[in-house]
Amino acid sequence: MAENILTVEHLSKVYKGAGQTLTVLHDVSFSVERGATVSIVGPSGSGKTTLLGLCAGLDTSTTGSVMINDIRIDQLNEDQKAQVRSQYTGFIFQNFQLLPTLTVLENVMVPLELRGEKNIRPVALDLLEKVGLSDRGHHYPAQLSGGEQQRVALARAFSNRPQILFADEPTGNLDAETSEKIIKLIFELNREAGTTLILVTHDLELAARTQRIIRIKGGAIVSDQPVISSENES
Amino acid sequence: MNPKSMKDQTAWLFKMAWRDSRRSRSRLFLFISSIILGIAALVAIYSFGDNLNRDITIQAASLTGADLIVSDNQKPSNQIITYLSKLGDARSTERSFASMVLFTRSGASRLVQVRALEGGFPYYGEIETSPASAAQTFKTGSHALVDKTLMLQYGAANGDSIKLGNETFAIVGTLNGAPGQTGFSSAIAPIIYIPLATLEKTGLLQKGSRINYTYYYKYNRPEQLARELKTIRKKAEKASMEVETIESRKENTGDSFRNMTKFLSLVGFVALLLGCIGVASAVHIYVREKLASVSILRCLGATASQAFLIYLIQIVVIGFVGSILGALLGTAIQQVLPLVLKDFLPLEITSRISPMAILQGIVTGLIVSFLFSLLPLLAVRKVSPLNTLRAGLSEDKTAQDPLKWVVYLAIIAFMAGFSYLQLREVKQALFFTGGIVVAFLILAGIAQLLIWLVRAYFPESWSYLWRQGLSNLFRPNNQTLILIVCIGLGTSFIGTLLLVQDVLIKKVSSSSSENKPNMVLFDIQTSQKTAVASLTKSFHLPVIQQVPIVTMRIEEIRGITATQARKDSSLDLSYRSYNSEIRATFRKDLTPTEKITAGKWVGQFNENDKDIVISLESKYAERLHVKIGDKMIFNVQGAPIPVVVGSLREVDWNNIQTNFRVVFPAGVLESAPQFHVLITRLNTPEQAASFQQAVIRNFPNVSIIDLNLVLNILDEIMGKIGFVIRFMAGFSIITGIVVLITSVLISKYQRSREVVLLRTMGASSRQILVITGMEYFFLGAFAAFTGIILSFAAAWALAKYNFETDFSPQLIPVLILFFSVCLLTVAIGLFNSRSSLNGSPLEVLRKEI
Repeated sequence: MAENILTVEHLSKVYKGAGQTLTVLHDVSFSVERGATVSIVGPSGSGKTTLLGLCAGLDTSTTGSVMINDIRIDQLNEDQKAQVRSQYTGFIFQNFQLLPTLTVLENVMVPLELRGEKNIRPVALDLLEKVGLSDRGHHYPAQLSGGEQQRVALARAFSNRPQILFADEPTGNLDAETSEKIIKLIFELNREAGTTLILVTHDLELAARTQRIIRIKGGAIVSDQPVISSENES
Repeated sequence: MNPKSMKDQTAWLFKMAWRDSRRSRSRLFLFISSIILGIAALVAIYSFGDNLNRDITIQAASLTGADLIVSDNQKPSNQIITYLSKLGDARSTERSFASMVLFTRSGASRLVQVRALEGGFPYYGEIETSPASAAQTFKTGSHALVDKTLMLQYGAANGDSIKLGNETFAIVGTLNGAPGQTGFSSAIAPIIYIPLATLEKTGLLQKGSRINYTYYYKYNRPEQLARELKTIRKKAEKASMEVETIESRKENTGDSFRNMTKFLSLVGFVALLLGCIGVASAVHIYVREKLASVSILRCLGATASQAFLIYLIQIVVIGFVGSILGALLGTAIQQVLPLVLKDFLPLEITSRISPMAILQGIVTGLIVSFLFSLLPLLAVRKVSPLNTLRAGLSEDKTAQDPLKWVVYLAIIAFMAGFSYLQLREVKQALFFTGGIVVAFLILAGIAQLLIWLVRAYFPESWSYLWRQGLSNLFRPNNQTLILIVCIGLGTSFIGTLLLVQDVLIKKVSSSSSENKPNMVLFDIQTSQKTAVASLTKSFHLPVIQQVPIVTMRIEEIRGITATQARKDSSLDLSYRSYNSEIRATFRKDLTPTEKITAGKWVGQFNENDKDIVISLESKYAERLHVKIGDKMIFNVQGAPIPVVVGSLREVDWNNIQTNFRVVFPAGVLESAPQFHVLITRLNTPEQAASFQQAVIRNFPNVSIIDLNLVLNILDEIMGKIGFVIRFMAGFSIITGIVVLITSVLISKYQRSREVVLLRTMGASSRQILVITGMEYFFLGAFAAFTGIILSFAAAWALAKYNFETDFSPQLIPVLILFFSVCLLTVAIGLFNSRSSLNGSPLEVLRKEI
């Protein structure tokens, strides 16, 4: 039996305020095997982004546990969570989230610098080469198109050789043609690096390209099924 | 754990700080520019203080002009004169007194200070004259040196003659300066030097005249003076004489100027604090814009402290650069300070660069930029990485951050510490810090109230452009509060100055109206009393008051002598009370300006009475710690007179008329040496001139105070003080302007999108110009209004408690100030916003904001 890289058990998230409580996630449990590709789908407001934030240690759950690589991240403090993210995870966001004051090359180098690694320039350049932007290293994000910015974000996400990659609507801000290129690139890099991919999307076509789809509605998992399709990218 | 070494970590933090600042360095510098001026003010004042101390030490001897000065305001006994004549290796004698001078060519007359000098004084420094030789030539014959402003005022030239008493003197030189003399002191009492030998001939030395006797000594061997000084002091104290040496003058001068530089550096510090608040507010907005970057970094694995340090490094480094620039600017301004303060300085100040002052300025700059940016920077620690997924999802936790309070405390502690370093007194430092905090709170409170009022009573019926301009004051990221505090404080400095100037001038000029007396004749001898009164009447002038004045000193208070008071510090009596000369009068009745507040008025002493019952002015009695029934002994020019305090009087000092701290009953002092004062009223300057000439011709020893002259002097003094205050207020105003420019630029970054949207929707340049102009007009108006309210409060308090006069301010200068501040704010606002007005919408929309 394959080893799990992510284990979520009885996870809940409740917001309290002004005498009201809002349950965004309710008793969610699932696990993901190392190297798998999983998509989390659901309508707007279903709790999928909240779930992603909790899985990645960006947020704190109300109850339940999250384990990445056998480390219970829900019990760690903010700085320890940051360490885990630096060591094991990569991120891709809908709105790219590049640091506007850093050049493209510097943006890709930052995760490696945070890990204290040396001789990182060739690694970053190699990744930029892979995403087809080796000649844009000295440009600033504002000088790039949306697709190019997301490709930089991809290079950055893979720069620290993450064991698990979280992607939040990675094509949400892109046109169809650019989206297709980006999707291809994500799966390609993922395959090469053997990374586990957790993808949040409401695009069912995109979800169908992962090995497994977790459907979420009203803060709870309504189905969790493998994708039986030849289109499967992994 | 992160495998990075400490060194690598630090290097990375600096690298990230550098990278992150890359696209906003000019803006960061703009933030810090608000403190440049404050640092410049401090460095300039510290350097000035440094140079002043050094120059006082170097030039101390020329401040006194002699190794030893012994002085008295009454004629010393023959025994003392014999003793004094044996001191030192070289001696000079001087007698100085106030007298009228008559410029014979113009016929004009004025009250001056006459110094009759004999001997080689000054032994150090010089009496500066034009021509230079006059400093020596005046000492023989009937020659005089006349103060240069006096010469200018009366159009006199060297070679003209003046009349002092009965004697005519040829002006052989113009007096430009004398040891220890300041421009300020010569404005109050211009000096005329004459040879002592000619004094007798003037006939001005009459019994009862108020003359200062000064003896200057030069010692060839300083150790001899050091040996003798103790004995000299003892003898002088016994004879109630003052002793001054180069050392004591150095200390006194140093002390008084230390006070001045302390005051100036505190004013500079206030300007710096204003700038700091500007920095805090600008960094606050800068950090807000950086929150997205921080959450990305946090998401990529940066710790909260790493993110915090990246921004702290940026601010501190820029603060360091700003401090260096401030120090350089301060060193340049320091060259100007001696010019600004020259009228108050008795010596020439050199302008050397002071490394210590520069260091102090830079360190202060670093500390303040660190402390004041910490407040907004603390927010960086609380930025959640979750913001990368959903901006604004995480709650703002900074409000409850306990570290915020630690920073507030650190800021107050720094302020108290800094003011303690300046004042060297805990109570004063705490008072100053408390005062600053309260002033800022009041300003901020008024500003908040105004903002609240605008919100609560928003004029919905106004046109769109006006409403938009007004509502910009309370919209997110507004700079309203900080600008109102900065510009308001600067305005309040200048406003207070204007109002106080007005109060003082009014106080004096009100005396000249409504048939109140406006001319005082004093030093009238008893033998001249009737004749002077007749002369006055012959000019058809009223003799409003004619009173006798007897000079005396306190010998004992409740049986305690000056020597006992000096020795026993546990007593509530200050020995200084015994030293000052008292001018008392005697009469049967109270005057209309007096009111008995305690005890019973006794106007007549009869031979059978047990005690001589006197009346004291109530505040004077308070200072002396004397109550009704206390016994005192007055020394009336040698004769001890025991008295009992019978009543206390409240005196209205606001009018030109004789008022006294000590009033004897009739029947005691009639035969004591005395002089008289006559008070009259003149209606025209011509009448005043001809009357003055007649008095001087007939009674050369009589001096005259003309109220118009007092007004002129007051104007001159206020002009000089005003210049210094305006100069210092300038720091605060310019800091306010820098903060204004900064915040206009910051809000420009934030507003440019909005302006562009408005333009895209069809707003014309004129409409946008009106909206922007309105916003800055309201801002300027609120700031000026707040400042003026504060200045009214300050001027009212000064008028009521300090000058004890009514406060009925003139509104026109205040209105001019109000509109000037508004206009300046609008001009700067529009000037800085011009790029978003002129640029094409697409150009701005494409720019990264």
